[in-house]
Amino acid sequence: MKKTKGTAYVISQKQLAPQIYDLTLHAPEIAEAARAGQFVSVYTNSDSRLLPRPISLCGIDKENGSIRLVYRVTGEDTGTEEFSRLKEKDEIQVMGPLGNGFTVLPGKKAFLVGGGIGIPPMLQLAKDINAGCVSGLADQIPEIQIVAGYRDSGTFLLDEFQEQAKCFVATEDGSVGTKGTVLDAIRENGLDAEVIYACGPLPMLRALAAYADENGMECFVSMEERMACGIGACLACVCESKEKDSHTNVNNKRICKEGPVFDAKEVKL
Amino acid sequence: MDMSVNIAGVTWKNPVTVASGTFGSGAEYSEFVDLNKLGAVTTKGVALTPWQGNATPRVAEVYGGMLNAVGLQNPGIDLFCERDIPYLKKFDTKIIVNVCGHSVEEYAGVVERLSDEPADMLEINISCPNVKEGGIAFGQDPKAVEAVTKEMKRYAKQPVIMKLSPNVTDITEIARAAEAGGADALSLINTITGMKIDIHRRTFVLANKTGGMSGPAIHPVAVRMVYECAQTVGIPIIGMGGIMNAEDAIEMLLAGASAVSVGTANFTDPYVTEKIICGIRSYMEKYRISAVRELVGAAKN
Repeated sequence: MKKTKGTAYVISQKQLAPQIYDLTLHAPEIAEAARAGQFVSVYTNSDSRLLPRPISLCGIDKENGSIRLVYRVTGEDTGTEEFSRLKEKDEIQVMGPLGNGFTVLPGKKAFLVGGGIGIPPMLQLAKDINAGCVSGLADQIPEIQIVAGYRDSGTFLLDEFQEQAKCFVATEDGSVGTKGTVLDAIRENGLDAEVIYACGPLPMLRALAAYADENGMECFVSMEERMACGIGACLACVCESKEKDSHTNVNNKRICKEGPVFDAKEVKL
Repeated sequence: MDMSVNIAGVTWKNPVTVASGTFGSGAEYSEFVDLNKLGAVTTKGVALTPWQGNATPRVAEVYGGMLNAVGLQNPGIDLFCERDIPYLKKFDTKIIVNVCGHSVEEYAGVVERLSDEPADMLEINISCPNVKEGGIAFGQDPKAVEAVTKEMKRYAKQPVIMKLSPNVTDITEIARAAEAGGADALSLINTITGMKIDIHRRTFVLANKTGGMSGPAIHPVAVRMVYECAQTVGIPIIGMGGIMNAEDAIEMLLAGASAVSVGTANFTDPYVTEKIICGIRSYMEKYRISAVRELVGAAKN
């Protein structure tokens, strides 16, 4: 899988919810090499902001050579706010695809769980699973259910998830779906599965890993951490692993390189 | 056009290397840069045993720079010699191994272990601000710098570069001490200790609270310190600190550095080292400079 860094052109951008933006970029080399669960490093156009912003791939369109990023603006005068002002035909530097992406277990009934800004990458995963275009899946396409956790009624991407599978929603304030967490939604709806694929905040991943463990399920989590190089050189974005990692030779794995997706059993959450 | 430089008896094909810790041992960046084109590759610091490093978050962006507190996570010298040195040997570039430790004995152990390895130079990190023992503790006291340098020279078969901290009152005192201890070259500056606070969460952004600041915001400080040291010592200096492009690199050479290291800029642009080498060449063509050595310390009133 070849990584490249170069200029991408904005195809379109729209706002989906408060602070949530949907950016489609023409980046054919990245699209060609990318898979669900990978991310890209997006560089700002400001000389005072040196580090790229790691953003997960919400969509990969190999045919049209485009990638889709759904991201949150983290505040005023931030890199992501700069991205939110990009218009059609604007240029932006992007490096990718980065990280490992999801490996899907053939035939195993699955929950695809997203929390907050961890929701977007699950969309491409759902599409790839349904289309059977995940390596090793062959004709054993598993049944999937989507569980999405939002803060409040500012939901996003739900209509697109509904096209892929049955969706269950949890909101912190109870304005949509189950009031509470994604686990509350799973329990309230009496859902079951054999494997969890998840992306979202650490407390959510921790709770899902514990739930999977109690119920004898497999669990794969996509982690995040502040990054610098994005390619495994600087050792900024590590997470603690239960076993000694063969590359680092200590109990740390590089989220940008060995991750961001880990078997929940191999990392300390 | 002669781009080569001689640093303590080692000839580099050009004056550009990378700053320790920003480039791993080169493997990850080799997907972007042809390592054969670099004057040297300076590895991430390696210790006698594997180090776990600090808790995360380990990095934070600041205006015109960044803070890091990785805490010298490294795989230890055994795996490093088994894997990283043979990897770098495949390329036509010089290998500079950055050495760290918690005590003089640990530094000496690594240096001794490297004596039979095909490393071209050793860079001794007595200036890391992010570890509690060793690191900067040695680098802020001239007497300790002289003593550590002497000890390294006892064990080293390769030329020894002492990497200096800017977190001192007078860096020339430290430079002089390293020279007195027998250092073959100096590299400076390491990062400047900084701090960032998240005003919304009211927490320190780095798990380590403080971190080393790097990036273009510290470049003028680095240029000044390289100039001061070049005026003070007779040994060659590898200049670093916020070099983002060829102009910054040339400025460092003019201040008195014989070579330069590119660090944080690799994060902004993984291709930057090759671009800097090309840019220095273009500058030399433009001003009809036949040897890059002519630029070293050539700034005048």
